[in-house]
Amino acid sequence: MAVRRRLLWVAVALVPLAFLAVFFAYPVATILERGLSEGSALDVIRRRSTGRLVAFTVAQAAGSAVLSLVVGLPAAWAVARVDLPGRRLVRALLVVPFVLPTLVVGAALQATFGRFGVDGTSGFHLERTVTAILLAHMVLNVAVVVRVVGSHWALLDPRAEEAARVLGASRLRVLREVTLPRLAPAVWSAAGIVFLFCFTSFGVILTVGGPGRPTLETEIWRQATQRTDVPTATALALLQMVVVVALVAAVGGAERRAAAGAIVRRPVPPRRLTTARQRLGVALALAPAAVLVLVPLGVLVERSLAVGGGHGLGHFRALGEETGTGLSVAPLAAVGTSLTYAVAATLIAVVVGGLASVVIAHAGRVSGRGLDVLLMVPLGTSAVTLGFGLLVALDSPPLDLRSSRAIVPIAQALVGLPFVVRSLVPALRAIDPRTREAASVLGAGPWRARWEVDVPLVARTVLVGAAFAFAVSLGEFGATSFLARPDAPTVPTAMFRLLGQPGAALRGQAMALGVVLAALTVAAVLVIERLRPKDALGW
Amino acid sequence: MLILVLALTACTDDPEPAGVGESGTTEPDANACRPEELPEPIDPAAVADADLDGTTVTLATHDSFAVSDGLFDSFTEETGIEVELVTAGDAGAMVSQAILTAGDPVADVMFGIDTTFLCRGTEAGLFVPYAPEALADVPDEYRIATDDLATPIDVGDVCLNYSKTAFPDPADAPRSLDDLTDPAFADAFVTENPETSSPGLAFLLATIAEYGAEGWEDWWADLRENGVEVVSGWEEAFEGSFGAGSGDRSIVTSYASSPAVDVLYSDPPRDESVIGVVADACFRQVELAGVLRGTDEPEAAARLVDFLLSPTFQEDIPLNMFVDPVNPAAELPEEYTAYTTPIDEPLTLTPAEIEAGRDGWTERWTEIVLR
Repeated sequence: MAVRRRLLWVAVALVPLAFLAVFFAYPVATILERGLSEGSALDVIRRRSTGRLVAFTVAQAAGSAVLSLVVGLPAAWAVARVDLPGRRLVRALLVVPFVLPTLVVGAALQATFGRFGVDGTSGFHLERTVTAILLAHMVLNVAVVVRVVGSHWALLDPRAEEAARVLGASRLRVLREVTLPRLAPAVWSAAGIVFLFCFTSFGVILTVGGPGRPTLETEIWRQATQRTDVPTATALALLQMVVVVALVAAVGGAERRAAAGAIVRRPVPPRRLTTARQRLGVALALAPAAVLVLVPLGVLVERSLAVGGGHGLGHFRALGEETGTGLSVAPLAAVGTSLTYAVAATLIAVVVGGLASVVIAHAGRVSGRGLDVLLMVPLGTSAVTLGFGLLVALDSPPLDLRSSRAIVPIAQALVGLPFVVRSLVPALRAIDPRTREAASVLGAGPWRARWEVDVPLVARTVLVGAAFAFAVSLGEFGATSFLARPDAPTVPTAMFRLLGQPGAALRGQAMALGVVLAALTVAAVLVIERLRPKDALGW
Repeated sequence: MLILVLALTACTDDPEPAGVGESGTTEPDANACRPEELPEPIDPAAVADADLDGTTVTLATHDSFAVSDGLFDSFTEETGIEVELVTAGDAGAMVSQAILTAGDPVADVMFGIDTTFLCRGTEAGLFVPYAPEALADVPDEYRIATDDLATPIDVGDVCLNYSKTAFPDPADAPRSLDDLTDPAFADAFVTENPETSSPGLAFLLATIAEYGAEGWEDWWADLRENGVEVVSGWEEAFEGSFGAGSGDRSIVTSYASSPAVDVLYSDPPRDESVIGVVADACFRQVELAGVLRGTDEPEAAARLVDFLLSPTFQEDIPLNMFVDPVNPAAELPEEYTAYTTPIDEPLTLTPAEIEAGRDGWTERWTEIVLR
């Protein structure tokens, strides 16, 4: 029996391991091996400028993660705990910045800076500063905090807080000593993802940060593609991966320690707002996150509607036309391509990530931790390393995928995987083992008990992860730009292309395409969330 | 762990950029840009005779590649060869990726390697020599590849653009690179970082071609004094600071064809461009195509190169990629010629000069302009 069980675990673990081995470890190892054989990595790593590069990269990512938490946590509380009208829509809207190409976020920030007089005209300027980088990263990542922490917060039994209040603890003390410790696993989880995203951020650093503020990611890109200095790029890529593994392991440790005291009981439905004071509190909690997400969205919509001197739907109509865009296809065709890739990538991410999460949450400690770290590494790996690696390594049958369409969703799934895992693992860990024991007592076998207990409890978190994986695939630009075909562009690559030439009409069409993408994302997230089982716990 | 990483780094000074100050003063040797071993050229006669019905060739391009829908259909009908397209990011990424897979290429033909990357590509042994018949008609100035390792397809100019709104009287507009350091044009110019942008690099090369190895550094120091703005890419420069002619900055590094694109995609439609071109401050870039070494279909690949140089493809280039075809037999559409300024005396550097100097130049440029 014990042997059979162990074999089953191995079988479950093999799927994600094989996926990572073939589509991540092998390609990346191939490219690293290539670069290291041509020059000394140590020479590059020991340079003073490399030290500054690592320090700045880590600092801006850590700063972005902390700020995203500061803005995201109050909103996570509001979305999880309060019975707001249109909660579903709010949650779906929060994912939109993920699919917006950096160029759009950058342009929106620029427009906002201009409007509030911080573009330098009044002596105080934000354009091309570190502050601007941090702001843009908050726009892009506040959703991670709100959704990952929020989904966990909704599952917390509020009776512990209530008891503490009854015993005379102040609100602040309850938050500090009762709520936050129980939320800690999800907070660490979200912080880890935001950190990695900002650690490998590319467009924001170049567009918003301007020249002269390189990070590891932009330097890897520059050395590899603009200077064809593969040894230097490889050394930096290696350094990037070492830092990522170290940080992921540290965050994972913190998350596990925190999970020890965070067992979930029965959640209660969200609270209705009764007094004006409560309403004000909720509004204040939501406002910063809402402003960050809605302002760029508003700018996008406004620009997509700006036709000629006035406003209209002309740019949207033009999306269906095949000529006069500089693309080989009608811009709308890119939407179909993007959706196909994103659905495939999401399915891969959910299946592989789901199995991986079960292993991480329940299997032996060492193997589980190893897999956990391994799954996060692709998120912290530069798109250049991954893109070049896939092209160089997968060159012979049965894996000659270099010119196959399948390579795009596979690369996107690698980026989406951590979201599925990060959403699922805290939820799985937090399931009270006594529920499962109760099922066993009632006669269910161990796997049946897992199925009947775990699946309904975590179904919603799977969907949160799936929604993110979907959005990330729709918006992925880095690896996709290496792998997508010019005659079958995705929406981000088509937008990049449209924005790469003069002409107000093309610019308007790019913005219209962005609005279509945003609308599709909202719709898809709403549908994904509808799919959840009726008896799953709701926000 | 992180502390360990940080401790490991930051121990040594950066190496001095090689060749700074002397680049451009020495003539690159005759063998520059040649691969170690030159492959056997593809014989045009064998290409003409081969029965290629049913074969498929893959064309690798950069992300600015565009053709009219169905353009390759006529090629397939005529030859029986199917064409598949793959992209690999911008021109630099495409060339780097091809160098990594040299000899075992993803595609059969590469289109879009330009003057600035050509030498790097040919030196790394990317291509098999092939000279299409139509190459004989192409002007010599465009035939920049050594040993026919690549075939010129189109030619474009990176030029200074200015806003006609900011300079309504043409007499006030900038007319040369010299003007940019004139206090009259203080805080007016925005350009791209040559380390991250292709037009940015072309503009740096233009200044080196104009002022030479001795003068370009001083010119850039003066330009910095005069308030130049540097951004990462073309989009941030043209659409951002220049505001497509209505922004804070009134002079920008863009293309000779920018006025044509501006009119063609104007909104609301208008028939006069708001953008002017400084014809005396342009850097010329030729884009080439080559048969990739290691292809399984050398004849079909060569046929595709023939097609790229044929009037069908050449006449499709202007309104899709907004550059000029190199084949004099190709007729230019009127919508294109009406708004493009012919650049008679562009600034140029040879691929070998660029390859020898570029890394040193861009590093020196960063020190002068960004630090």
